[in-house]
Amino acid sequence: MKKLFVFILVLGMTVLINAEELTSLRGSQPLDEASQTVEKKVWAKDGEVISRNYVQQPPLIPHKIKGYQINLQYNKCMSCHSWSKYKASGATKISQTHFKDRDGNDLAKVSARRYFCNQCHVPQASVKPIVENTFKPIDSVSQ
Amino acid sequence: MTFRGKIISGSLITGFFLGIIFWGGFHWSLEMTNNEEFCISCHEMKDNIYPEYKETVHYSNRTGVRATCPDCHVPKQWFYKIKRKIEASREVFHKIIGTIDTREKFEEYRLTMALSEWKRMKSADSRECRNCHDYESMDFVDQGRRAVKAHSIGLDEGKTCIDCHKGIAHHLPLGWEAAAEKAGL
Ligand code: HEC
Ligand code: HEC
Ligand code: HEC
Repeated sequence: MKKLFVFILVLGMTVLINAEELTSLRGSQPLDEASQTVEKKVWAKDGEVISRNYVQQPPLIPHKIKGYQINLQYNKCMSCHSWSKYKASGATKISQTHFKDRDGNDLAKVSARRYFCNQCHVPQASVKPIVENTFKPIDSVSQ
Repeated sequence: MTFRGKIISGSLITGFFLGIIFWGGFHWSLEMTNNEEFCISCHEMKDNIYPEYKETVHYSNRTGVRATCPDCHVPKQWFYKIKRKIEASREVFHKIIGTIDTREKFEEYRLTMALSEWKRMKSADSRECRNCHDYESMDFVDQGRRAVKAHSIGLDEGKTCIDCHKGIAHHLPLGWEAAAEKAGL
């Protein structure tokens, strides 16, 4: 009886999956066909600071960052956003939270898990959202 | 013409042609060693410098104008060019003794090399950059907000391109900021 139940379940799932064509974020292009040409993205030029959409959103980068080096030797972002440079450069200073390790201990340098700025902070380009999004921030805590 | 006259005019003519040959040969060898192909003909440059440079705006850009190695590293003016070429014998020596013949050695020595290049460029008021880029011809309206601000302040303070634009064609060495500040670059 139990075996029969599992069999029917698997059969049902197979039928369901096959009935609906699978679409991923990549679209429904079969793997063995030439992929669609992607739309060319144009990076936004230098602009004013972009206000945040919700609490704790990593601030967006309001300028181009093409060619900026972030590697073992050097982090270009810090040449303007570090505590010692932000005043002279007029940039937003790096958050103090970035100097804590995951156990909450204070560090003298930017924490390893915060080092690669682009993991959270991104410049803007002329693209449509890949998926629809109806997110709304809570009024009481939005700016 | 007397016999002596013949000798004199003969040697003058030979001298003239020999001069052309030597001068031509001299120039030919200068030009032979003044292009990208020659610069990356050794593995030190081909494996370390070239792949990084290929990612930068000076290798490939919208307008297709490329800055090659000698455009930035060898002055165009005759005197400074010869001076730099003579100094390059130092580089030949280090090639022979293998100062930077592995990736590790290269990275270790990179700061020293970068500092010496910054010093050369600063003392020449970034002459090689200015061969292509000219403050006077820059359209500030078209530049980014940060560029306009930096350039108008930079002009007033008498700063030069390399003061702000380090690492424009290569990866920067570890600890370069402190070292550059210490050296006043
Ligand atoms: C052979 C000419 C040439 C020389 C020499 C040269 N450049 Fe450039 N530079 C260019 C070109 C061409 C571009 C790309 C312009 C474009 O965006 O299409 C460029 C772009 C730049 C940019 C913009 C970078 C970006 O990401 O948009 C900077 C900054 C720059 N150069 C600085 C320098 C400095 C500093 C030097 C001297 C060390 C130098 N250049 C030497 C031709 C040159
Ligand atoms: C006081 C510092 C400073 C000096 C001096 C300076 N620059 Fe810049 N420059 C900047 C900054 C900051 C930017 C914008 C940075 C960015 O976009 O990454 C910039 C941007 C540029 C750009 C790209 C412009 C754009 O908006 O696309 C070029 C080209 C350039 N500089 C060339 C030069 C040249 C050539 C010199 C020397 C004649 C020079 N700069 C001197 C700070 C400076
Ligand atoms: C746009 C100008 C420019 C071009 C093009 C360029 N360089 Fe450089 N180069 C520099 C500057 C400026 C430095 C000083 C260090 C720095 O700022 O990265 C440098 C430094 C170096 C160094 C010292 C080591 C280091 O990484 O700092 C070497 C070696 C070198 N360049 C070789 C080359 C070779 C080979 C090419 C051609 C494939 C080339 N460069 C093309 C500007 C340039």
